[in-house]
Amino acid sequence: MSEVANIKTQNLDGSKKMLLAMVGIGIISALLIVSTFELTLPRVQRLKAEALEKAIFEVLPGTVKTEAFGVNTNGELFKMKAGDKTETTIYAGFDSNEKIVGYAIEASGQGYADIIRILYGYNPDKEILIGFQVLESKETPGLGDKIEKEVHFLNNFKALDVSLANNGKLENKVITVKQGEKQNPWEIDGITGATISSRAIGNIIGTSTTELVPILYHHYKKNHQKPTESNE
Amino acid sequence: MSNDNASSKEKVTTTDEFIKGLWKDNPVFVQVLGMCPVLAVSNTAENALAMGLATAFVLLMSNILVSLLRNFVPKQVRIASYILIIATFVTVVDYAIQAISVELHKSLGAFISLIVVNCLILSRAEAFASKNTVWKSIFDALGMGLGFTFALFCLGAVREILGNGSLFNISLFSEGFQSWIVMILPAGGFFTLAIWLLIINGIQTRKTKS
Repeated sequence: MSEVANIKTQNLDGSKKMLLAMVGIGIISALLIVSTFELTLPRVQRLKAEALEKAIFEVLPGTVKTEAFGVNTNGELFKMKAGDKTETTIYAGFDSNEKIVGYAIEASGQGYADIIRILYGYNPDKEILIGFQVLESKETPGLGDKIEKEVHFLNNFKALDVSLANNGKLENKVITVKQGEKQNPWEIDGITGATISSRAIGNIIGTSTTELVPILYHHYKKNHQKPTESNE
Repeated sequence: MSNDNASSKEKVTTTDEFIKGLWKDNPVFVQVLGMCPVLAVSNTAENALAMGLATAFVLLMSNILVSLLRNFVPKQVRIASYILIIATFVTVVDYAIQAISVELHKSLGAFISLIVVNCLILSRAEAFASKNTVWKSIFDALGMGLGFTFALFCLGAVREILGNGSLFNISLFSEGFQSWIVMILPAGGFFTLAIWLLIINGIQTRKTKS
């Protein structure tokens, strides 16, 4: 009898110890994680904002000032206030004379591994896309991530045709073709070995430009004659 | 070997702990541990190095903590607590890498969180840190961590050179070089690992014979 009681108290002691150990380690872990999160958060946010800013300047050469816009349900641009969240964000880039250089447009879509988020630059004066950057992707390293690195692929976005037809819609939808088969100015020369990823970029840009380029073109036509308006 | 040499003897053992991870008990080439990150993230030298160093850091920190708590954690819950400790440091590394460089975090992607299930770290916690002093555990972790990094780099360098014609994103060959895409694909990981295992085992058998 006494032996059984002994085992019981031992077990109780044992589980108390186990509980104590697990809770103790849990608290240490939680403290460590929370403090690193708090410590790194300002820097991570700053780096992300910087990366976005840098991307905007890169896709819109000649920009000195940017302004964020959202698109409302009527298909018109409105100025975003701090803290606003919209489905699509458009950054208008202004040069030193307060004239619109172009628009940097955020777009996203399904890639091979996960959603790809990109930023591309639109020049409404020449009606072409002038720049492209991947903001976020989880594409296979060494294969799918060539969409960020391959020079011949990135060269597609120096003058990609997105001109409007007379009916106010996009004349030709942007599309990705097989590597080396690009014939028209609105086609993207794809990447062998990153077929799905480069096609995904074509789809993302195709969908986004079809919707947004007409809106942006009108916004540009309305605003660039009276550049002071953007000063408000 | 006399008594006054006790302190130097202690030193010899700690360097032994360090060296064994680098070569004699190399976690990849000899113990063949942690194959998931070894095969998955070794497609470029840069990724391999970053992954190796991240793993080494987690290994070092978890070895220290496990060794510190070795008399406090009951046997029944030791594995659970090790995993908790490892997962904590992986999360810390994840945030740290994000704070160091968004680019690097982008290229390592999902593999950072997979360090948690790297059996190398759990095996060092269970087989070494839970039975040895903090000091020894630090050297064990450093040796194993650097050994792991070295092995990953060996694979990553070969795969990047053959599969991409470059090393650390610097082109090595002229335009005409036809890269072996298979080396970057998962199959290439197995091929490269097999060849390295062949070479290392060949060297070690020759050593023991002579």
